Amino acid sequence: MTVKLPIYLDHNATTPVDPRVLEAMMPYFTGDFGNAASRNHVFGWRAEAAVESAREQIAALIGATGKDIVWTSGASESDNLAIKGVAGMYRDKGNHIITNLIEHKAVIDPCKRLAEQGYEITWLKPDATGQVSAAQVAGAITDRTILVTIMAANNEIGTLNPLAEIGQVTRQRGVLFHSDATQAVGKIPIDVEAMNLDLLSVSAHKMYGPKGVGCLYVRRHNPRVRLVCQMDGGGHERGMRSGTLNVPGIVGLGAAAEICGREMAEEAARETTLRDRLQRGLEAGLDYVRLNGHPTQRLPNTLNMSFAYVEGEALMMKIKNIAVSSGSACTSASLEPSYVLRAIGVSDDLAHSSIRFGLGRWTTAEEIDYTIEQVVKGVRELRELSPLYDEARGA
Amino acid sequence: MPYSDKVMDHFTNPRNVGSMDKNAPDVGTGIVGAPECGDVMKLQIQVSDDGRILDAKFKTFGCGSAIAASSLATEWLKGRTVEQATELKNNDIATELSLPPVKIHCSVLAEDAVKAAIEDWKRKNGKAAASQAPAAAAEPSATKKE
Repeated sequence: MTVKLPIYLDHNATTPVDPRVLEAMMPYFTGDFGNAASRNHVFGWRAEAAVESAREQIAALIGATGKDIVWTSGASESDNLAIKGVAGMYRDKGNHIITNLIEHKAVIDPCKRLAEQGYEITWLKPDATGQVSAAQVAGAITDRTILVTIMAANNEIGTLNPLAEIGQVTRQRGVLFHSDATQAVGKIPIDVEAMNLDLLSVSAHKMYGPKGVGCLYVRRHNPRVRLVCQMDGGGHERGMRSGTLNVPGIVGLGAAAEICGREMAEEAARETTLRDRLQRGLEAGLDYVRLNGHPTQRLPNTLNMSFAYVEGEALMMKIKNIAVSSGSACTSASLEPSYVLRAIGVSDDLAHSSIRFGLGRWTTAEEIDYTIEQVVKGVRELRELSPLYDEARGA
Repeated sequence: MPYSDKVMDHFTNPRNVGSMDKNAPDVGTGIVGAPECGDVMKLQIQVSDDGRILDAKFKTFGCGSAIAASSLATEWLKGRTVEQATELKNNDIATELSLPPVKIHCSVLAEDAVKAAIEDWKRKNGKAAASQAPAAAAEPSATKKE
């Protein structure tokens, strides 16, 4: 069987819209195009019904109720709303926020912004696998702490954090707990009750929904979380996020969430099998390779590996029919390699040599086998060019 | 980012890949860059008694542009005199390969590697100007961590 090229193995960056999701969205562009805030005619009612149904769908996936959901334009906005919204609302209670060195920039940058405004930020250092522990969080909480924000799963290495354990600590100490769960929702079980989460950021386009839509879970009871809104306007979404709702996008998020909830167990098992097949194949074919991230506590679809003595961007050019990502500086505008890999103690040269493979709903065994073959070939060819490989072999 | 056809050509079919005996008196070796920075170039020239570059070889750890820049540099060096080779400028390489601004440092590195190889050859052959000594081209320390 021939493999259809190019192959997409960058599902941590974004995912295609599932055809079933698209089908659910379609009526809301044209026939049912109403504004969900129009209270006095059937067009508005239909849009509102669709939005409320989507609220229930995403809420069901994360163990919440529909009323806890605030629609946003995506996870970056959700993170900003959660962090700045808490900071503004609870300023009288304290000015201390605890986060993690390898959060997504959508969490890091709002925290840096708050630091400029006089807030104190504690940046927890993850261990070599990329995890922060509940003990680290407990040790950092002071009587001025108003928020702990720790990601559910890291976007570069896929490592999962112990949210349930961290949530026990934050609940016990009376501190709000936010998690950027962009990479995790839809891939692994998330339960805001079991994990004592107070705020949770979600994005549609990481789980086979459309781009430009997401949501923030905001706990309403025990405790009731209040936020300073970051977008002033018509007072939509309980006053927390003004703006006419993106009805087709929201319907898409809801449909995507429902599919993920139904198929998660099977999909995770399938992806884990393929991902491990990829890892084993690469390890069998090459020397000097290492896994970045946690060996087991990891997203089912994510594999980040460093291929020593080969620069990541060059390798991506070698395997140009396969879409992946690299932690090499050469793939970004900055001159420094991945801050995530650096923070977990990966040396800069190995960070430059890293590749992230992100499998998805339609990844096949044939695609994985082709990828193994191409990466092994590409790494070998580039090592023939590499003065460092000569040195390593004592040539 | 999309690369020019010339970068892709040199990357896909790199010219003059290999190594020469760095201890040979007629061979000059330049090693520049650092693994932590994502690129290391080793460029070697073999020079005749009358100062003409007979052969050039390279090995590069780096991105596609770095590999293409070193490949192109070796191609240009062959057949030139050492004096002509010293006139090779990073800008020539960048222009020939249509490198985007973010990749200009790859051409700078190639120029540095050429200069370092020439300095090494001159040093071995008693031709180094005292003022140009710091290049210390062939020292393997150039590839070690700081």
